[in-house]
Amino acid sequence: MIELQGLTKRYGDKTAVDNLTFTVRPGVVTGFLGPNGAGKSTTMRMMLGLDNPTAGNVRIDGKHYAQLSEPLKYIGALLDAKAIHGGRTAYNHLLCLAQSNRIPRHRVDEVLDTVGLTAVAKKRSKGFSLGMGQRLGIAGALLGDPEILMFDEPVNGLDPEGIHWIRNLMKGLAAQGRTVFVSSHLMSEMALTAEHLIVIGRGRLMADTSMAEFIEKNSRSYVRIRTPQPERLKDVLTAAGFTPVTTSDGTFEIQDGDAAQLGELAAQHQLVLHELSPQRASLEEAFMQLTAESVEYHAGGVAPPPGIDGGAAGMPQAAGQQAPQQQWGAQWRDSGTGKGK
Amino acid sequence: MASPSAVLQSEWTKIKSVRSTIWTLALAFIVTVALGAVICLVFNNTYSDMSDSDKATFDPTNTAFFGMSLGQLALIVFGVLVISSEYSTGMIRTSLAAVPQRGMFYFCKVAVAGLLALVVGMATSFITFFLGQSLLGSHKASIGDPGVLRAVFGAGLYMALMVLLCVGAASMLRSPMLGLGILMPFFFLVSPILSAVPKVKSVAKYFPDQAGQKIMQVVNDPDSHTSYGPWGGIAIMAVWVVVALIGGYAVLAKRDA
Repeated sequence: MIELQGLTKRYGDKTAVDNLTFTVRPGVVTGFLGPNGAGKSTTMRMMLGLDNPTAGNVRIDGKHYAQLSEPLKYIGALLDAKAIHGGRTAYNHLLCLAQSNRIPRHRVDEVLDTVGLTAVAKKRSKGFSLGMGQRLGIAGALLGDPEILMFDEPVNGLDPEGIHWIRNLMKGLAAQGRTVFVSSHLMSEMALTAEHLIVIGRGRLMADTSMAEFIEKNSRSYVRIRTPQPERLKDVLTAAGFTPVTTSDGTFEIQDGDAAQLGELAAQHQLVLHELSPQRASLEEAFMQLTAESVEYHAGGVAPPPGIDGGAAGMPQAAGQQAPQQQWGAQWRDSGTGKGK
Repeated sequence: MASPSAVLQSEWTKIKSVRSTIWTLALAFIVTVALGAVICLVFNNTYSDMSDSDKATFDPTNTAFFGMSLGQLALIVFGVLVISSEYSTGMIRTSLAAVPQRGMFYFCKVAVAGLLALVVGMATSFITFFLGQSLLGSHKASIGDPGVLRAVFGAGLYMALMVLLCVGAASMLRSPMLGLGILMPFFFLVSPILSAVPKVKSVAKYFPDQAGQKIMQVVNDPDSHTSYGPWGGIAIMAVWVVVALIGGYAVLAKRDA
């Protein structure tokens, strides 16, 4: 169990991590999600006592990281793949880590075998590919057979085979009852591995929820209608008890509507429809919507993700975006903004 | 707390498993021994050409350690890389995640580097001395002569202290480029030049290398009068080392890794 209490990190007047409070529970894969620059790595470094928090603290089973006498037996962490002296062989790298925590030497061979690096154990890690470096980092995390594992962006830069391997490894570790805390900036990656989800943006907590709940709240379905007679259609829909939402491109979106029912309604009133289609928003979009306002570095000259501007244009619901912590799910559902594909 | 013996063992594995350790220490040994031997050979062949006053102050022991001024550059590289390679490679984060008690980590690293440097330093100084004297023919000093054993032992101590000074300084600077870029020119150029400039040299003689090298002199050179003796000189150097190591610890303890 890892508990963060009001964790804050400031660099000068820039706040990288802002009053984070959450708990990582044992026995599940917890996804730590946020856009680039949201403060994920800074948070993880503070969890390991590498960076000093400006305020707040982190406790691991009730203790500060620095109070753990042989921490590799509690927590194994992969921070960045190349936090390794390239001039040292893979075997010696793991051996010096093992010795510092009085982990028996045979564990070095075991973890090298687990990550599939036995053949290059006596090679200097300088020549390793990114994937091999990542595997060596993971071997280091597994060395002490810890109950808690932390991985920072483990699939970054890996080929499909490497990604597949890491996914299965994480699931396997959680299945053994371990706590797995993994960061990513890809919602799709989290959807495949995580059971619990912590979302941050600009260092602030945006969501702390189970994956099932997140999917239920965010994979909303709606019906899109396009018509040359928008005014009449809107009146008809409103009269029938629906709340149509106008999007920037002039289509209507109806929450939880049934396409057949809406079609028949339009037919009764002899309205021309150019489009009538059921839509489903992806989790990726839900995540983007959730964190859009907090994205640190937008690509220059490129418009923000579709729907952000559209959503704000004349939408009364846009006001809800000012309180994302409380309303993030509801706000997403309500501010349907024409992102269905 | 992590067990000190475990962390010492880990640091020993670290230091011996990178090539730079072997290369820098071997280079320090070879340069110091070989240059000392060449200089001794030259002095032996030109001794009769020397003036009487030069003959009177000829110091066979110190002459053998002539190569130290160049050999110590390799020691500086060793001392700097021991700590700064942790930062330049990112290994420091892995190391401190394994041993979060930073004082323990630092103490063990310093101890391992210092002890290794002391062993290599002693081997270098004794071999340098005996090889040099064997090439000085009739002008040689004997290890049993007054002050000679102190000078030879002191030379080994000087090498270990030089390494520790660089470990401390590099812990404060953290980057190998900065560490080497400041320490190498300082000890190779700045300190020797300043110690030859009138007036400035009264300050420069308290520089760690200038003070520490006093212990290698057996015959006092009347030109370079100092207010401290051989042990006083090494004590001055030791103060520098302690200050550098404390400064290095303060930076490691306080700053983000």
